[in-house]
Amino acid sequence: MALLDIQNLTVKFATQDGEVSAVSDVSLHVNKGECLGIVGESGSGKSQTFMAAMGLLAGNGKASGSVRFGDTELLTANERTLNTIRGNKLAMVFQDPMTSLTPHMRVGRQLTEVLQRHRGLDNAAARAAAIAMLARVQVPEPERRFQMYPHELSGGLRQRVVLAMGLLCGPELVIADEPTTALDVTVQALVLELIRELKDTQGTSFVLITHDLGVVAGLADRVAVMYAGRIVESGTVDEIFAAPKHPYTKGLLACTPRLDDPPTVLLETIPGQPPNLQNLPTGCSFHPRCVSAFEPCPVKRPLLVPAGNTLNACFLNHMQAAS
Amino acid sequence: MSEPLLDVRDLKVHYPVRTGGFLHGAYTPLKALDGVSFDLKAGETLGIVGESGCGKSTLGRAVLQLLPATSGAVAWLGRNLTELDTKGLKAAREHMQIVFQDPLASLDPRMTAGDIIAEPLRNFRGSLSNTEIKAKVKDMMARVGLHPAMVNRYPHEFSGGQCQRIGIARAMILGPKLVVCDEPVSALDVSIRAQVVNLLMELQRAMNLTMIFISHDLSIVRHISHRVMVLYLGKTMEIASRDALYAAPRHPYTQALLAAVPVPDPVKARARAKIVLTGELPSPLNPPSGCVFRTRCPRATSLCAEVEPPREGPDAGHDVWCHHWRAPTLAP
Repeated sequence: MALLDIQNLTVKFATQDGEVSAVSDVSLHVNKGECLGIVGESGSGKSQTFMAAMGLLAGNGKASGSVRFGDTELLTANERTLNTIRGNKLAMVFQDPMTSLTPHMRVGRQLTEVLQRHRGLDNAAARAAAIAMLARVQVPEPERRFQMYPHELSGGLRQRVVLAMGLLCGPELVIADEPTTALDVTVQALVLELIRELKDTQGTSFVLITHDLGVVAGLADRVAVMYAGRIVESGTVDEIFAAPKHPYTKGLLACTPRLDDPPTVLLETIPGQPPNLQNLPTGCSFHPRCVSAFEPCPVKRPLLVPAGNTLNACFLNHMQAAS
Repeated sequence: MSEPLLDVRDLKVHYPVRTGGFLHGAYTPLKALDGVSFDLKAGETLGIVGESGCGKSTLGRAVLQLLPATSGAVAWLGRNLTELDTKGLKAAREHMQIVFQDPLASLDPRMTAGDIIAEPLRNFRGSLSNTEIKAKVKDMMARVGLHPAMVNRYPHEFSGGQCQRIGIARAMILGPKLVVCDEPVSALDVSIRAQVVNLLMELQRAMNLTMIFISHDLSIVRHISHRVMVLYLGKTMEIASRDALYAAPRHPYTQALLAAVPVPDPVKARARAKIVLTGELPSPLNPPSGCVFRTRCPRATSLCAEVEPPREGPDAGHDVWCHHWRAPTLAP
């Protein structure tokens, strides 16, 4: 049974210029002990999908559909129920390690607060558990860092503190939104190694939201590619990276320079730019940028259905799979 | 062999930082850049890589004299830029431009795209008429892939990729000889990044530009550079031709950096050997003795703590600052 099951999730924001759909009809699931990678560019809806799942949408946002975590429906759950789940069984690690820590509170207090709130530990026990967790995420000199304020720590350390905070209660699922984007490559390698270890030894499930295909390839079991608020292709990492089918996935992979290929003269590109969500193209949102677009693409929207080994929202792939 | 266009010798940028007390503390130099040397020929692209705080942006700015150098020389066509007065510097700047990292923040929000791109012309080509300037601006916009009809729009009306194109057009309009690109594509989405990298490479070839390309992204630096320099804590670790540096890196730090770059291939990613660097980046106020990298280096010996490694290397043009560069590579 899936640990997190999202069905037909749609997220709309009321803006001055009318309603904008940031996420449209997204269905996905995360199994126990699995890492699901979510890949997409800015505005693809990859973060908002999970902000909605966590009940953390901005005031003008509205989510519809269904998000089930275990036996609980999260979208209709009240604050009280959500608060017993969030930070406890379901944790989120945000991208920006500076803004997701409170600047005027010592790191230690921010960590122990989580344990006292959810586990009812006393000060001494919470302190011991928090320091142990800091050591676990490879923060050097955890006792000293425990006393520090966030601004006294480097970006890499802050990210590890935020990760420690997410892991404190031994969550079943951690949603990590660009957890390594702000980090240097050597620190990124360290954090990714840590996530892999937690997944393998504790059976913790992860959702890894990122724009970096390399990070997904190294860590995720399955991957969903999002474009303009919809999933356009999903499958296992091996299938998607070995034989991407959707033209957008193909384009993304082709336009990323990589160290394991000989350098080329010019990079492949995806022409044009991501669409404005307020004014989406008709039919398939990707068709104005697609090199393989043909007659049905501007007219009808392709559904996300099995085509070959992956789920795919592209008329060309549907045709090829049918023949 | 042509003369180097730019010859940087032993460039140092130190900031005095008060340590200890608020009023009575002593000044300690923060060595943002500590003795970096390289030269550049016309039409050559030098990639500069390193992690945050390694001094790569400081280097780019110090070369352009946007930051005062503490010591060292920046010889530009044989003249030392660090000794020029304001007037001489302004004249030299006509040929030296910079493209910044944050595409929106580096454009004045109250100026139109056309005014932003025209500003260098108004500063340096005072004799041009308004009609000529307009024609040149529209020309340049088309060349960087912006629709000339957007000339009267303001920066906030453009996407990140388009703003970066405006920044590139502004840097290129005078036909400069040297362009410093400071993380020009880091803020851009993957599909837009490739477009801007291609644009820079096309302009570089067409205008025979000399480029200093600063980035933390080793894959993009490999793609765009002829030579690559690796910095750590204000010091050069290794400098070599692109192919030598990526195929046969000699410095343990370069090897660790390369091993840490994720590869978008699940099979290779699982099989890859990992070099995990332990410890934290030391404070530049109190750098380690000897080799600055030794506190995190898997190969460090007592020699590294005592003696600063000299410049050595396997080939002419491939220099390494490491006592143990002859040892076998750490990982494939």
